[in-house]
Amino acid sequence: MNALQTILILVVAFVAVFCQTSFPLLCHWFGAQIDLLPALMVCAALNTDLVTVGLLAVFGGLCFDSVSANPFGISVAPLFVVGFLVFTQRELILRELPFAQIVLGAAASAIVPVITVLLLLSGDQQLLIGWGSLWQWLVMTAGGALATPVLFKLLNWSNRAFGYQPRTETSFRPDREIRRDRKLK
Amino acid sequence: MFKKQNYFALGAMILAVLLIFNLPAGVTSRLKLAAGSLFSPLFGLKSAAQTLPVSAADAVIPRRELLQQLENLRRENEQLKVQALQSAATTKENDQLHALLGWQKQVPWKLKLAKVVGRDPANWWHMIEIDLGSRDGLTNNLPVLTVDGLVGRVSFVGLTRSQVVLLGDPNCKASALVENAAHDMGVITASGPLDNSLVELTYLAGSADLKAGQNVVTSGLGGIFPKDIPIGQIVDAQPVEFGLYTEARVKLAANLGALEQVWVLFP
Repeated sequence: MNALQTILILVVAFVAVFCQTSFPLLCHWFGAQIDLLPALMVCAALNTDLVTVGLLAVFGGLCFDSVSANPFGISVAPLFVVGFLVFTQRELILRELPFAQIVLGAAASAIVPVITVLLLLSGDQQLLIGWGSLWQWLVMTAGGALATPVLFKLLNWSNRAFGYQPRTETSFRPDREIRRDRKLK
Repeated sequence: MFKKQNYFALGAMILAVLLIFNLPAGVTSRLKLAAGSLFSPLFGLKSAAQTLPVSAADAVIPRRELLQQLENLRRENEQLKVQALQSAATTKENDQLHALLGWQKQVPWKLKLAKVVGRDPANWWHMIEIDLGSRDGLTNNLPVLTVDGLVGRVSFVGLTRSQVVLLGDPNCKASALVENAAHDMGVITASGPLDNSLVELTYLAGSADLKAGQNVVTSGLGGIFPKDIPIGQIVDAQPVEFGLYTEARVKLAANLGALEQVWVLFP
């Protein structure tokens, strides 16, 4: 883990929020906008430390709320809850498997909007929810599930491209070289 | 599983969330504006990227076609000038009649064109963001419309950008009038989260005689939306609460799914 990875994750979060607000193409096709922050949170929780998870929850949540009609800061808690849960269980998760990434992405993308809506409803907000919201929830879950492996690949690639790579050591050791010369014979 | 560091992080996050929620409303809105302004360069970039192909296409339009367009526009301009003359005469006559009857004179609309720069990323709001703000004179609750009809009202004003809550959102209700013989009145409220072209017209009288295709306009009551702005057309109607009142579905005149430019109406 290095600072570059944290910065990359925050930049991806920023760009993801911008794309969600500026390109509503998926919203026109499927009737729901896909939220990429829960998927990104899964990536952060599996690959980085708790500080990055916290930073992503605060930065991503505040960015999301700043371009939304959400009360400022409402998205921070749901994102952190998901990130924290994944982080505490990550030793048990086969994070390299795409299937595990998809399942975690789907779960995170399903949980975050539910917690957010519950928080909003507890704050006496009038929301646009109905039976159609179930469809939107399914679209968000499926979208988040598909986005998670892609984000994993993107972050791995950017880490390889911009980060320092550990120097690979060869298995050759000069002190253990078998010398074959005439004296030994 | 739960290390000391985890407890510390969890506690710090709970504290941060509580702190944000307990900030005064003024501070929160300023913070929201500051966080939103981080996106300004990207919005600018997007706008520039959108205009680039258009200007490139403009550069290659043949001269003959441009001259043809110019001629068409000249003709249209002449027609509009004649219509404006006619309209000015009608307005003058109308003003005289208003003065004779002692009615309040109708003030002409002051409009400002705004570009839609973003949409709410959350699925539980119907909201757009426009590129006008307090420096352009915008305040909360100003009506927003297109040439087709009413769109919504300004709900949050920043320095250079503002949020507009759209018709169909539970936070944007409008008093409406059906253009039928009885001039039935009701309130435009939210419909469903999926179809943003339909809204509910509720609290209509139980005896309301509604037919599909009848026009619905703003009634001017409520103090936000002026009278006679088109809202849409009745799709169907049904009695509610054992005929106590009637509810109707209204197809909005403005296409809220494809908004690119809107007009903000100043008082």
